[in-house]
Parts: sequence; C-alpha cells; structure tokens
Amino acid sequence: MSQDDTQPTPPALSDSASDTPDTHSTGAHMPARERSVVGTVGVALMGAGLRSARPLQKIVLGGVGAGLVALAATGRNPLATALKIRQNKEGEVLVSDAVTVGKPAAELYAVWRDLAGLPRLMTHLERVEVLDAGRSRWTVKAPTGEVSWEADITADEPGQRLAWASVEGAAVPNHGEVLFRAAPGHRGTEVVVRLTYRPPAGTAGAIVARLTGEEPAQQLRDDLMRFKREQELGFAPTTEGQSSGRAPQGGAA
Amino acid sequence: MKAIVWQGTNKVGVETVPDPTLLLPTDAIIKITSTAICGSDLHLLDGVIPSMEKGDILGHEFMGEVVEVGRDVKKLKPGDRVVVPFNIACGVCDPCRRGLFSACDNSNPNHRMAEALYGGVSGGGLFGYSHMYGGYAGGQAQYVRVPFADIGPHKIESDLRDEQVLFLTDIFPTGYQAAENCGIVPGRDVVAVFGAGPVGQFAARSAQMLGAAHVIVVDRVPERLAMAEAAGCQVINYEQDDVLVALREATGGRGPDHVIDAVGMEAHGHGPGALVDTAKQRLKLSFDRITALRWALLSCAKGGTVSLPGVYGGLIDKVPMGAAFAKGLTFKMGQTHTQRHIAPLLSRIEAGEIDPSFVVTHRASLDEAPALYKTFRDKHDGCIKVVLNPWA
Repeated sequence: MSQDDTQPTPPALSDSASDTPDTHSTGAHMPARERSVVGTVGVALMGAGLRSARPLQKIVLGGVGAGLVALAATGRNPLATALKIRQNKEGEVLVSDAVTVGKPAAELYAVWRDLAGLPRLMTHLERVEVLDAGRSRWTVKAPTGEVSWEADITADEPGQRLAWASVEGAAVPNHGEVLFRAAPGHRGTEVVVRLTYRPPAGTAGAIVARLTGEEPAQQLRDDLMRFKREQELGFAPTTEGQSSGRAPQGGAA
Repeated sequence: MKAIVWQGTNKVGVETVPDPTLLLPTDAIIKITSTAICGSDLHLLDGVIPSMEKGDILGHEFMGEVVEVGRDVKKLKPGDRVVVPFNIACGVCDPCRRGLFSACDNSNPNHRMAEALYGGVSGGGLFGYSHMYGGYAGGQAQYVRVPFADIGPHKIESDLRDEQVLFLTDIFPTGYQAAENCGIVPGRDVVAVFGAGPVGQFAARSAQMLGAAHVIVVDRVPERLAMAEAAGCQVINYEQDDVLVALREATGGRGPDHVIDAVGMEAHGHGPGALVDTAKQRLKLSFDRITALRWALLSCAKGGTVSLPGVYGGLIDKVPMGAAFAKGLTFKMGQTHTQRHIAPLLSRIEAGEIDPSFVVTHRASLDEAPALYKTFRDKHDGCIKVVLNPWA
C-alpha cells in the first residue's frame, strides 16, 4: 500500500458535515398518521375492556389499550428503539456507517464519483444511469421487482464529500452523503456514509426490514467492507467452493 | 482426501471429502505431513464456540509441502516445506502492517457474524475454527487450501524434524506471546502460569527464556505438572493446595508479578463458583467458565500483568474487577500474531535453546483422531499433545 506519500490535509469536516439535519435522534419517532392509528386502536381496546364483564379480559384489554394510547401520546415506538432504528420527526430513517481504507481520499472519492460503477460496490443496486452532469437514475432490486428513482447531486467537493437527494415523487424518497477524511497517523482515509430515507411502510416497515435482514444499515456495512477489501486487496476473501464434509463425496476436483 | 470433520457437539469423525482446490490467485495448496489437535479444538468439540456447522473440517496446527500455487503467489513454489500460522492475515491492512496479524481487517469473509457478537469489529480468519472466524476449512486432513499464501506460510529450510517446528503454527508462539505480553523484568519478576496444557508449557518455558526469576505452574493433572517441573518450574496442584494461599507463600506474600491464564473459557476449577459457571454455560446463559481468570486477578501482585492466551468467547460475570483495579493490574490478551513470532522462535529452535517436541505424548493416524480427541479432552492416558500423520 502506498499511502504515506499523498496524504491530503484533513478536510474541514465541521463545515461539510454541519448541514446534515441534526433532528435525528437514536430511538424512533412515529409519524403522525401512525400515532393516530395506534391511539385509535388503543382507545377502542380500552373501551372494550371497560365494557367487558369478565375481570381478566377487563384487565388485559384495558391494559393493552392504555399501553397503546400511551405509545401514541409519546410518539415513540419501543420496538424500533430496541432495534436501534434511528428516525427523525418526519418518519425518515437515518443510517450511517464508516470504514477506514488504506488509500488516499482522492482515489476513493473518484471511485464513488463514478456513479455508473456504484453497483459494483453496492450489490443491492441494479444499475445507476447518468442522465446529465447532476442527475442520475437509480434502480434497485426489490421483492416486488425493480424500483427506480431519479436523484440529483447536491454537493460535490472532490476528495472530500459527495451528497445527493432523490427528486420529487421518488418511490423511496432518500438523500445522503459520503465524506472522505484523512485518518490520523497515515492510516489512509475514513469513509463515512450517511443515508436518510423514508421506508415504504413507515416505522413498521423499518422494523420488518430490520428483523428480516433486508435492511439498509446491514447492506451499508457489507458494502463498505466490500469496498475496503477491493481497494486494499483487489479481491474479496472467500471460502466459496472449498472442501467440506457437506460437499458430494469423492476425490479431486 | 481424508479429513477430520465436525459432526455436531461431542462428535468428530473421519470422512472422505473432495480435495481442496485453488479458489483465488493468492492461494496455495499444501500436502500436510503433520497436524496436531489443539486444546482450543476441544472448545469446538464441546460446542461452546458458536457458529460451527456440520461438515466443517477441523484443525489449525499443520505443516507440509507446497503442491500448487496460484498465479499471484510469489514467495512459494511446489516442493517448499512450510509451517502455516493458524490465523489468516492479508498482510496489507493497517493492523497487519503494525504486526497485529490476528486483528487483520480483511481475511474474514464472515466479518458480519463476528461484528454482531464483538462490538462491530471482526478479527481475522482462522483455519478450522467456526464460521464466525471465517469458516475456512482446517488442516486435520491430507491437503489444505491456504489463502494469502505469501503472508502466512514460513519456509523451513533446515533439517529439523516436523515435531520440532510444527508448534510454530500456534502453541509455541501463543505461549511465547503470553509471556512477552507480561513485560518480564529479567532476574526480578515471578510469573505464575495457570494451566499446564501445551500452551501453558510453552508459556512457562518462554517466561524462563525471557529471564523470569521464578516460574510457578498451577494445574491438577499430575503428568502435566511433572512436565513443568522437569523444566525447572515450581508446581502447585490446586486440588491439593489452596491456590491463593500457596501463591502468596511462594512469593513472600506479594503474589506473582505476572499471571498467565492458559486455561480460558472451560476452566474446571472447583467450589461453588465453578459449579455455577458450569450450569450457566450448559444453559447457554454464559459462554465461559472463568475460575482461572478469577484466580489470576486475585493472585496477581500489585502493578502486575494478567496475560490471557486462553480463549474466551463471550460475556462473563462475577469478575473480581475491584481487586484488579485496587492492584492496578494491566490486562493483555487476544489471538496470537503468529506471523511475527515464527522467524525469531525458529532461530531459537535452530540454536538449540528449546526443542518443542518435548510436549508430544501421542502420535497417531487420522483414523485414530476421533478417539484421541476424547482421550485428550478427558486427559486420559497421560495425553498432553497429539500429533497426527495424515498419511499413516
């Protein structure tokens, strides 16, 4: 690795990062529509509990109903909080992760700036078509088929930062940024990715996605590690196709 | 080829499996001439290390002859005789360039499993040691695929016998690193080693080589204590003596300046604490049984080092942290950075400072290995170290 020679000076991180909305907090804010649905169901259950003649039913229905009402009142989904899903007040989910790669920032920035090449880094991306200097069309694989939207590059600071946002009417509204900053002690470059998106089915959709593993936070981690290894090694380590007691019995391949 | 395969908790067997092939241009294929069963393999046998799968080929202490190399391998060629470190390292990431080979960023394809358990980071891959550590097929077999072949394997060009150099793959560097981590002041420091298994034996001898004034070894198995005594160590049998009292007495009330826990997560111990640990481990409420670790913290002298080559897997409780804090102890631990120890330790072997073959008690074929796993686990028949010849 030749990374001791061309270390860029650390970018003014505070400037570039400060325009990220800071309304995100760990924990989850349910959007207004979800809160009203949960609250209505809670009130209905409490009513059913109060009307019930059986004491056990009274307690259980009344208790669950009261719980849901309290949930709607606070606007925080405890399951989403337990799963460490970060949401802002608009119901958007924030995902971020970082990796240190033993290469100069300019080289790594160039790889990310080549938008059409991004599907090689991010396996869930089907393709990115560059439409003009600022606009591109993104297509992802989804259980229902392909989903695509258009996005604009909203900031482009070579060797330091790249930011984008989907245009009005996107199926999964999203925006994000990638920061590149020198790691201390000539260890290469810290690559920080922040994504914000509106999950198709609100908080519940984000929880289901997290529990079933098809979730951007996990995809992002895998993508960053794949990126690091491709840059540092030039290949991905693998055990695909190695011998084991699970393979068909027999001799040499 | 023949290989030792994990078939489930407490079940290993000999199976005929496909020969390994090159999967990447940086791979080599080694024909194995000698391979060993490690104490840490017993954690796999017992099922206390998560993420094993039926059919996994075991073994991480092996050596042999290079038979095939990928097109990007530059340092090895067919016919070379090599020892292969148990840990797999890429050689180019930041930890590798700092010599922290077992902390390699890039060699574990299943990094996500380790990240989930270990705070979002993963160490490097290991041969034959669970999918969390990469799921790499191991070397208790006739052949093995070795990734990053220019980084790990070390050529043996002298005419030393296999048994004299085989343990450079793991237990000798592991015992040595444990002693080195103590920062022994020659002629002054007293070192206690808990566990007189193979790693404990090498840790005790390494502490002597590094100049320890006195080395004390604690175990309960007579032949293991005898092996340590033969090297000039004082021994304590914890079933006959109260360990903490005996260590105080042996060190003039100070405690050993440094304590090496070469036992790890399946300590036998005795007393109520050990019973509770065992019950929790069986119920999967805890990964580890920590009698040795508790003794290490309680016995170590003020300002001393607790060095842990023994393997720990998960969360532990009832750790006497107050004692550790009050005495100002330093903790050093982790998988061995084998790659950086092989050359200097090979020089010591060539110079006649140590002959690692002292530890071998059993020699066998692969067919006999499943039975020997149990002999070794149960410490029957004086079993301390088993070396297998895959072609016998």
